[in-house]
Amino acid sequence: MTGQAVTSAEKAATTLSIGKALNNGLRRAMEDDPKVLIMGEDVGKLGGVFRITDGLQKDFGEDRVIDTPLAESGIVGTAIGLALRGYRPVCEIQFDGFVYPAYDQIVSQVAKFHYRSRGQVRLPIVIRIPFGGGIGAVEHHSESPEAYFSHTAGLKVVSCANPNDAYWMIQQAIASDDPIIFMEPKRRYWEKGQVDTDGEPYPLHSARVLRPGTDATVVAYGPMVRVALDAAAAAVEDGRELEVIDLRSLSPLDLGPVYDSVRRTGRLVVVHEAPSNLGLGSEVAARVTEKCFYSLEAPVLRVTGFNVPYPAARLEEEYLPDLDRVLDAVDRSFGW
Amino acid sequence: MAKGQPPARDGRDDIAPEPEFVQLLNPEGERVEHPEYSVDFSDEEYRDLYRDLVIVRKLDKEATALQRQGELAIWASLLGQEAAQVGSGRALRPQDMAFPTYREHGVLYCRGIDPIMPLSLFRGVDYGGWDPAKYKFNMYTIVIGAQTLHATGYAMGINLDGRIGGGNGSGDDEAVIAYFGDGASSQGDVNEAFVWAGVFHAPVVFFCQNNQYAISEPLERQTRVPLYQRAAGFGFPGVRVDGNDVLATYAVTRAAMDNARHGQGPTLIEAYTYRMGAHTTSDDPTRYRIASEVESWQAKDPILRVHRFLTNQGLADDAFFSSVEEQAAEVATHLRERVLSMPEPDPMSVFDNAYPNGSPLIDEERERFVAYQASFAEGAH
Repeated sequence: MTGQAVTSAEKAATTLSIGKALNNGLRRAMEDDPKVLIMGEDVGKLGGVFRITDGLQKDFGEDRVIDTPLAESGIVGTAIGLALRGYRPVCEIQFDGFVYPAYDQIVSQVAKFHYRSRGQVRLPIVIRIPFGGGIGAVEHHSESPEAYFSHTAGLKVVSCANPNDAYWMIQQAIASDDPIIFMEPKRRYWEKGQVDTDGEPYPLHSARVLRPGTDATVVAYGPMVRVALDAAAAAVEDGRELEVIDLRSLSPLDLGPVYDSVRRTGRLVVVHEAPSNLGLGSEVAARVTEKCFYSLEAPVLRVTGFNVPYPAARLEEEYLPDLDRVLDAVDRSFGW
Repeated sequence: MAKGQPPARDGRDDIAPEPEFVQLLNPEGERVEHPEYSVDFSDEEYRDLYRDLVIVRKLDKEATALQRQGELAIWASLLGQEAAQVGSGRALRPQDMAFPTYREHGVLYCRGIDPIMPLSLFRGVDYGGWDPAKYKFNMYTIVIGAQTLHATGYAMGINLDGRIGGGNGSGDDEAVIAYFGDGASSQGDVNEAFVWAGVFHAPVVFFCQNNQYAISEPLERQTRVPLYQRAAGFGFPGVRVDGNDVLATYAVTRAAMDNARHGQGPTLIEAYTYRMGAHTTSDDPTRYRIASEVESWQAKDPILRVHRFLTNQGLADDAFFSSVEEQAAEVATHLRERVLSMPEPDPMSVFDNAYPNGSPLIDEERERFVAYQASFAEGAH
C-alpha cells in the first residue's frame, strides 16, 4: 500500500519543496490514520493541478483519494457527512477563487456544527486552498480570501510559508478536531528548504520569529514571508536590523511574539497580498495599538495588495507587495 | 402574464393538474391496490399509525399555540404533512440515519426522540443541538437544502464502511434519508447532492415533501417538470407518492431505503402534499393563496382517511379514538409544561463550544466579560 512511503533512512533532515513536503505530510497522515480521506477535483490520477496529492491515489486507493464531481459546495458538503460518519476528510479547493461556491457550507455548516450541537459534534475537516498571486494566472486564480474565513467563528485558519512547516502543519491540521482552512502559498510550492521529519513540530497555532532584529518588526504570512525575509536581508545595507515574524496561524492570531517584538522595536509593518481594507493587517494593527500603545514610535503600517479586484497577470507585479514596498514602509515608519 | 413566462403548450401549462402517484389509501379511507407497492400491517400497526398521526398533529398544534402566547420565538408547522412524515419516519429501520430540515417534527417523533428536543431552538434558549449519532437523526438544518449534501456524504461513508449489500454479513445494512422541500429543489446543493449520490451510488433516499409552497412561491416558480422526474437526469429512479397517504409513503419509503441498503443506489421520492398552515408563525398565507384551494386539500386530510379506514374495517371503535385523543392531549400538556420550565441559558454559555480545542481569543473575551459582569455586583463601583 505504501510502496512510495518515505523510508526511515530518508527521514530526518531532507531537502524538499513546499509542494513535496505537503505531499509527504499528507502521505504520513494517511498512513497514521485510516480515517483520513482526500477529496477534490483532479486529486486522483492527476495528483492535483499542483501535484500536491501526487501518487496518493495509487498507493491508498480510489476510496481514500476521491476524485469528486466538479462542484465545490458538494465537496465540502459531502465532507461534512463523511465527518459525521467518523472520517477525517481533507478537501482540496483547486484555486482560491473557486472556494466561493462552497462558502455557505464552510461558513454556515462546517463552522457552526460544534456550536449548534453544544459541543456534541466535531467536524475534523481540513480545507486546503492554494492562494495568492505571482504565477501569471488568469482571473480567479490568484486571490487571497483568508480574511473571510478568519472572520468566521468556528473556523481556524493557518498558512505555511516554508517546507518544514508545510510538512508538519498539514499533519497537525488533519490531527486537530477543529475545522481548519489551510492556506497554501501557491507561488512558493517549488521553493525548497530543510524538513526535519523526526523533529518535534512547532505548535500549529503559534507565530514564530524567523529572523531576530532590533530596529523594526515586519509581520507576514504565507507567500509574503519570503518577501519580508528578503527585505530584512536588504535592510542590513541601510544599517537596519528588521525582526521578521511569520504569523502561521491567522485564526486564532498568536500576537504574543508580535507584542514582545514591538515593545523592543517600537515599529511595525504588516505585509499581505490581500487588500488592506478589513484585512488581517487591520486586526494586527488594532491589537498591537491596544497592547503596545506606549511602545509605538510610529503608527502600524500595512503593505498590501490594492483595494481593487486582483488584476491581470501583466499588472500583478505592480499589485503584489515586494521588497521595495516593504522597505519603503520601513522608511516611512522611521520618518514618522 | 409576467415577462419571460413560456407560452402555454397544447392549451395548458399546468405542470401537474391531476398528478399520478402511488396511493394505497384514498381520501375516502378505501384501500387501493398498486401493482408495485403494498403494505402488510397488523390491526395493531394500523392503529399505531393513526395514533402517531394524531399525536404529531396535536404536538404541532400545541407548539403553534405556545408561539402565539409568546413562549416560542417562531414555529414551523407540519400541519397537513403528517402522513408524509409518519409514513416515511416509520419506514426507517433503527440503523438508518435521517437528515431533517426544520419541519420534520413528525419524523423526529417516529424516531423515538423526545419532542421537547428541538423546542429549545424555537424558544431561543440554544440551537437545539443534540448528538446525531446517538439518535440517528441529524440536527435541524435551516439553510435550505444544505443537509442533502451532508446526507449524501454520510451515505458515501456507509459505502466506505462496507455497510450495504450484505457486505458485513450481519443483516443490519444501513441507508440514509434526506428530507427537503419543493423550494429546496431549486438549490444548487440539492442538485449537487443528486450528482454525488448518483455518481457514488450512495445509499441515500431523497425525500421531497412537495407541500406546494416555498413560503409564498408556488411550485410553478420552482419547476417546469414534476419534481420526481428530475431523478432521471441524475441516473436514479424517482417516484411520486400521495404524501397524504400514510400507507403509501410508508411502502414507497421502505422499498427505497431497502433498495439503497441492498446496494441499488439512491431514489428520489416526491411526497405530494400540502402545507395546510403558514410557512411559519411569521407568515400570512392569505396573501398568496385562496381559501378554496385550502378547502380542497382539507378533503384529502391525511388523518381523516385513516380514521375512516379504521372505522369501515372495524379495526377501531369510539373508545379507541377517544383514548388516542386523551393520550395526545397528555403528551401536548407535558410538552407545554416542559417548554415553560426550560431554564434560561447561563450568560457565560455564549462562549462555550465554538471550537473543540478552544480559542485563546474567546478565552480572552470570556475573561473580560466576567470582569465586566462582576463590575455590576453589589458593592462594586
